[in-house]
Amino acid sequence: MSRSNRLLLLLFLPAGIVFAAFFLVPLGQLFVIGGTGKEGWSAYGAILTNRNYFNSLVSTTLLSASVTAATLAISGIAGVFLTRNRFWGRVALVAMLTFPLAFPGVVIGFMVIMLAGRQGVIGDISEWLTGERLVFAYSMMGLFVGYIYFSIPRTILTVMAAAEKLDPKVEEAARSLGAGPLRVVRDVIVPGLKPALLSAGAICFATAMGAFGTAFTLATRINVLPVTIYGVFTEEANIAAAAALSFVLGVLTWAVLALARTAAGSTVAAAG
Amino acid sequence: MSEAPAPLAIRLERCGKTFADGTRALEPLDLEIRAGETLVVLGPSGCGKTTTLRIIAGLEEPDPGGRVLFDGTDVTPVPIESRRVGLVFQSYALFPNMDVRGNIAYGLRIRALGKAGRDARVDEMLAMMRIEALADRRIDQLSGGQRQRVALARALAVRPRALLLDEPLTALDAKLRDTLRVEIDALLRRLGITSIYVTHDQSEAMALGDRIVVMDHGKVAQIGAPREIYFAPASRFVAEFIGSMNRLEGRVEAGRFVTAAGAIPWPDAPPGARHVLFRPESVRLAGADSAQLAGTVSAAFFLGDRTRLFIECGGHSVIAETAERREFARNAPVHLAIDSDALLTLKDSQ
Amino acid sequence: MRRRGPAFWCLLGFTLCVCAFLIVPVGMSMLAGVTVNYQSGIGSGMTLRWVAQVWDGYRDTIFRSVGIALACLACTLLLGVPAAYALARRQGALARTIEELLVMPVAIPGLATAMALIVTYNTLGEFRTSWTFILTGHVLFTLPFMVRSVLAVMGAIDLKTLEEGAASLGAGFFRRVFTVVLPNCRSGILAGSLMVVTLSMGEFNMTWLLHTPLTKTLPVGLADAYASLRLEVGSAYTLVFFVMIVPLLIGIQVLARPVELGTKATRR
Repeated sequence: MSRSNRLLLLLFLPAGIVFAAFFLVPLGQLFVIGGTGKEGWSAYGAILTNRNYFNSLVSTTLLSASVTAATLAISGIAGVFLTRNRFWGRVALVAMLTFPLAFPGVVIGFMVIMLAGRQGVIGDISEWLTGERLVFAYSMMGLFVGYIYFSIPRTILTVMAAAEKLDPKVEEAARSLGAGPLRVVRDVIVPGLKPALLSAGAICFATAMGAFGTAFTLATRINVLPVTIYGVFTEEANIAAAAALSFVLGVLTWAVLALARTAAGSTVAAAG
Repeated sequence: MSEAPAPLAIRLERCGKTFADGTRALEPLDLEIRAGETLVVLGPSGCGKTTTLRIIAGLEEPDPGGRVLFDGTDVTPVPIESRRVGLVFQSYALFPNMDVRGNIAYGLRIRALGKAGRDARVDEMLAMMRIEALADRRIDQLSGGQRQRVALARALAVRPRALLLDEPLTALDAKLRDTLRVEIDALLRRLGITSIYVTHDQSEAMALGDRIVVMDHGKVAQIGAPREIYFAPASRFVAEFIGSMNRLEGRVEAGRFVTAAGAIPWPDAPPGARHVLFRPESVRLAGADSAQLAGTVSAAFFLGDRTRLFIECGGHSVIAETAERREFARNAPVHLAIDSDALLTLKDSQ
Repeated sequence: MRRRGPAFWCLLGFTLCVCAFLIVPVGMSMLAGVTVNYQSGIGSGMTLRWVAQVWDGYRDTIFRSVGIALACLACTLLLGVPAAYALARRQGALARTIEELLVMPVAIPGLATAMALIVTYNTLGEFRTSWTFILTGHVLFTLPFMVRSVLAVMGAIDLKTLEEGAASLGAGFFRRVFTVVLPNCRSGILAGSLMVVTLSMGEFNMTWLLHTPLTKTLPVGLADAYASLRLEVGSAYTLVFFVMIVPLLIGIQVLARPVELGTKATRR
């Protein structure tokens, strides 16, 4: 019925127009601007050819990958445990684990400073224990801790949702055939969670690659890519290079997510 | 809105349906539904029965060239909101945000019936469906059978010109289905309303329908009264879809049908017939002297009121049903006889 | 009840540690905001003067954040609910592609979206320096959450059949929408609304690039405070932020349950 199709189009139009005008067109413009700098279109290769940018890319990728691995392990264990066991205070625990979802990166950076900065609690404890103040907020370790902080809530929700959907009958079948608990985890639970872990891992990786606030607050010597781009934009006032780099970063994160989505189901949590 | 409208006659002319993705759900179809009759549309999934119903309702448009007529008036361009047909869905489609009263009164509100009139009519419907006790319940507090009664009440409250039911009992368990089937049958007869009832359950079809339309792959296979469909199926599909049908190969020879398992007297056999069909309940277990066919029992299922036997007969499997109480052992020899007036052949000699 | 083995207690301990890792810093930040002197610790006494300082200095920033969040909510409701309806009714490859597109501002870094907006609209001075510029970024980022939330509920209630039922009783489009569609999507709209407001209040990555000294939001103010002011003031500011955002987060948690229960009940 074309009458109803027309109606549906009309209903979608406001959102569509806003989206086109403020996202699609600007993205296109970003792409174009990226190629108008001194280097022209080779600016798009600069992420690989320019030493600073390349180092930034490498450290960001390594950071994101290690954060993803650690987060998946932590969320996997805690998530499955929380889904499978009912005990007093469980609901509160789940709530506390998912609260940090809405914290901006700046706040997380601030909290890392409180934990491990020059006046940090961990420094106090280590001084009390060993006489030396442990300060790692401004190093890769600080970034790592901060990134894990905002990654856990996102991944744990996905893991828990998937764990709930696991069919207990498959595990019962495995047990009836003689599989012990560790074997059941290895052969039934992990494969069953694989799509969710893949999807959550991709989201975690993409979010970590694009995270800005945390690194910005921690103002470390290590420059993650978003901070590098910001520096190029504000300090060097090189709009074209910044545009090209941010476009490349955008394509990268989108590609990671698209890949994971074809490999698993689709849920996207908040970016940070 | 005080009197029930006169029963509606519906006609479909050359109504076909091809969906946007290219699937041909319905071949161009002509159908005549008489005023006040209950027409059952029966067939397996995908045969086009629900599509036919939706075209009558106005939820789908027939392909160009198709027309839907209500009492001779072309209603093809009329949307469902204005067709005044009552629709009962398999999933009930009750509104979760309203209670039972609210659901039943919904159509009455739209017709701007005053509060007093609405309440009176809702009470009438609650009494008719015997659900007065449920009036203020929320929908999620109702069982499947209760929901179906509310769905019927809601559809009938606005005095529709016709009632269209899309597999209303399929989601219910067997016993509930039997009970509701009887109630729906009584209701439709009492109201005298033109009804189109879609189902894939052939015992439901036979119990409820004044006439049955059997559909297969978007085409009508046969239209007729239940007895006609059962005892005189037009095609092999209809014969095998309704109940079970035995089919033996052989040839006609001097007033008998000769098969590998024996010969059956058949004075009215059409010459040149290569197959004979008969229903399981027409098969009698005979003594050796009056036997027509001989075979051995390959399986026997005691069903309580009858026993269903699978008999190996000269290379064919014959299904027989008997009310005899004795037990049947596997590989026991049996003799069968079939009355000649229970023998069927198909018009298209399949 | 099964006997709880050592594995259970180990895993519980692990989970509690993870929880502590997430919550303790929050508590500490909040506490530091009301401590007289952070370096001396809690022993130096509690005070509200840092909070008062924050309120004096940043009151307009806080109000602006709330204003933008509410405006963002209004926009996403007006744009997102009809869009979700259109996508729910028109299922198919096209609808899925459009949904994928809508999610893009969430998939790519906020930095990129902000840069795209800047390079395109830099010349429109009035727009560029107004709070609506920030609002635009927020709407792009939060719209998919509203759409997804409403779409999920629409899928669970079998929107098409409900509408057909209403139509068979004579209800035209607008009557159907207001009497049947919207009332049954209430939980999705509510959950989406909470999500939108929460995300808008906490958005930083985009806003940092989009803002001007005259259009700061709460997270932007936080970054300023961390960089330039005393730790206690930064903590107090963070405390204010938590106080505003935690009720919203609780609301989201509370709503998540009834939606599950609701869909389970209607699955009969």
